[in-house]
Amino acid sequence: MLTLDKLTKTYTQQDTALSDVTFQVPRGQVVGLIGPSGAGKSTLIRCINRLVEPSSGRILLGETDLVNLSSGDLRQARRRIGMIFQEYALVERLTVMENVLSGRLGYVPFWRSFTRRFPGRDIENAYRLLDRVGLLEHADKRADALSGGQRQRVGIARALAQEPELLLVDEPTASLDPKTSRQIMRLITEICAERQLPAIVNIHDVPLAQQFVDRLIGLRAGRMVVDDSPMSLDEAMLTEIYGAEDWNTSEQDDDPDPDDRSQGPMRVAGTAT
Amino acid sequence: MTAKTSYPRHWKRPPQLVTTRRWRLALPLLILSYLVLAVGSLEIDVERVIEGLERGARFIQGFLQPDFTSRWGDIRRGLIESLTMTLTATVVGVLISVPIGIGAARNLSPRPVYLVCRSIVAVSRSLQEIIIAIFLVAMFGFGPFAGFLTLAFASIGFVAKLLADDIEEADASQIEAIRATGASWWQLIHFAVQPQVMPRLIGLSLYRLDINFRESSVIGIVGAGGIGATLNTAIDRYEYDSAAAILLIVIAIVMLTEYGSSYLRKFLQ
Amino acid sequence: MSALDNRSGEPSHYSRVWTFRTPRARLALWGGWLALVALFVWCWQVMNEGTLWIFVADAPDQAMDIGSRMFPPELAYIAELLMPLWDTINIATLGTLGGVIMAAPIAFLAARNTTPSVLLVRPVALFIIVASRSINSLIWALLLVAIIGPGLLAGIVAIALRSIGFVGKLLYEAIEETDHHQIEAVAATGARSAQILHYGIVPQILPAFWGIALFRWDINIRESTILGLVGAGGIGMKLQSSIDTLAWSQVATILIVILATVVVSEAISARMRQALI
Repeated sequence: MLTLDKLTKTYTQQDTALSDVTFQVPRGQVVGLIGPSGAGKSTLIRCINRLVEPSSGRILLGETDLVNLSSGDLRQARRRIGMIFQEYALVERLTVMENVLSGRLGYVPFWRSFTRRFPGRDIENAYRLLDRVGLLEHADKRADALSGGQRQRVGIARALAQEPELLLVDEPTASLDPKTSRQIMRLITEICAERQLPAIVNIHDVPLAQQFVDRLIGLRAGRMVVDDSPMSLDEAMLTEIYGAEDWNTSEQDDDPDPDDRSQGPMRVAGTAT
Repeated sequence: MTAKTSYPRHWKRPPQLVTTRRWRLALPLLILSYLVLAVGSLEIDVERVIEGLERGARFIQGFLQPDFTSRWGDIRRGLIESLTMTLTATVVGVLISVPIGIGAARNLSPRPVYLVCRSIVAVSRSLQEIIIAIFLVAMFGFGPFAGFLTLAFASIGFVAKLLADDIEEADASQIEAIRATGASWWQLIHFAVQPQVMPRLIGLSLYRLDINFRESSVIGIVGAGGIGATLNTAIDRYEYDSAAAILLIVIAIVMLTEYGSSYLRKFLQ
Repeated sequence: MSALDNRSGEPSHYSRVWTFRTPRARLALWGGWLALVALFVWCWQVMNEGTLWIFVADAPDQAMDIGSRMFPPELAYIAELLMPLWDTINIATLGTLGGVIMAAPIAFLAARNTTPSVLLVRPVALFIIVASRSINSLIWALLLVAIIGPGLLAGIVAIALRSIGFVGKLLYEAIEETDHHQIEAVAATGARSAQILHYGIVPQILPAFWGIALFRWDINIRESTILGLVGAGGIGMKLQSSIDTLAWSQVATILIVILATVVVSEAISARMRQALI
């Protein structure tokens, strides 16, 4: 269970990235975080494992308040939080196996990680995870030899290798094609269901989010403006989040600027459903 | 995709670089035996080194308390020689490099000219400044004039090579376009090549100025004048505090020219 | 002014004078060039106050003389050069090794993203790098020969000390250019800082590291050929003694050997760089 209580992040006096964000994520729930670029989605996710330092508020993972941890305790806490990144963020020049095993770094002493002698249990588990994401035969390849979808699967396996209690997912499909995007989203939600993992998925593709997540939270300029089930998301709510726009017009009919399509929340509406 | 029930509990990083087993075993052995042989042929005189440590301590002390005053006259003369030598050598070197650089560009020059210019560049680059200095001192006698010639000669190889490479990389379509207007060879150089290459040439000259100063502190050791000669004398007399003062001045000037020239390059481009 | 009155928006006639720059910029530019010429003339005069032009005039004869004595090179002398050559290669190789070993930690202390303290440690590391870079290896050798006595050790230490700055500078730039996301991802797993260094940063800079080390080795071969001039061992010692005895045909042989060594080492380092990266 994750609880955010009045989480606020200000970069400078004027520049407020997040203000008073409060919500709870129970076990097994996948929360989609939507909103225009610059709304603070990425900041919110990074505040939870403190890759970005929050300014005020509380973040409770189980019983621990993550905001006030010392750096040693923060390390312990980060082991419990798996993170999946937008551009995969794999260590490109290491093998797939090393990338997955790097999820165990917080658990093993330095000499083990330095000599690459991870405990047998970790290795066995890494193989199991690679099999789960369908990459068993790629274990010894270098990460930069894989395709985008495969890399994101390695990213998922790395996060799961931590045996996390929470999954943070930052734009998992931003660099992938529509089909691969759906496969990756399906894999993430399946895994969360199998392990009863709570997850926060930061995603700009509203139809894709609607299809896979249990709950949608809309951010606008750092404030929560929508918190509802994906089924009940309607035009009024979209306008609330993204501002006024004719949400019913399909993209094939009249989209004046093709470059702008990836930004449009209804992007895959025509192709995916 | 059938899920297996048991997975291996061992994993070894596959070798990335040396993939054949024989070489993986032989390579460390070869390296080790080289190191043993090399270190074995050192012949270190331990007593002399221990004796030297005390001198080393004195030198470090000298660095902490450099003596600028007692040899200031010599230091001043050396510095002026070095600086004047640097500037004149860079100017003359660059002036000579321009025609040679153009001559060494394949897209502008006829084949025989190209070959001659490229071989001048090759000779100048493959000989070290210090070796050139030895010869020039033997021919022209001791003093800054030999140093000036050394630095100018070395600058030619450096600037002409990079200039020629630059001209060869210059946008061919611009050269074509000017050629198509019926321009003469001189007009071609002036309108198509010069605008593309000029900023680089200025950058290269400033960079070379910087290198020439560093080198000018060295060639004095073989008699070509400048601050290197002063330094050599100071060390020969075991005046470590004066030597430290000279080195600190050299470091300061090198830093100054480096930052100054990178600032100027940014400003001019 | 008539151009402005024209209603159609087109000037009735165009200026017949066209200039590339504004008058002020041109003035500054000419001023700059003039100052440079004046400075050059002044420097030339200062520099040549002590020059004995008789010697300069004599130079072509001297050159002819030396040239004729150098030819033909005394090729039999090569046999005596093999041991000094081996020493020279050792100076370069062991010196590079020592320099690289010392430069790596300094580079991590100097890089903005890995230094423990931007205000205290980084400036010290940067000063070490600048000091090492500003002083030529021959000067390092001069100092070390005075301190620890003539011989190979002085040469090796000189090469090592000079290499710190070169390797350190290029390496810390490579560290600063690493992809921040890969490091962030390793940090997010709860890794210790030593593990972040080893898993996040080292794999990214490793190819650059090998490239830099080999490049420096190549340069060090060149530089170690002349260290003997100040007594720091290697083939330069032979060069010095041949010059002192005016044995120009031996000098020619030594130069040929040096040139060949440099060419071979350049080829080796290019091949190895290709294989490693």
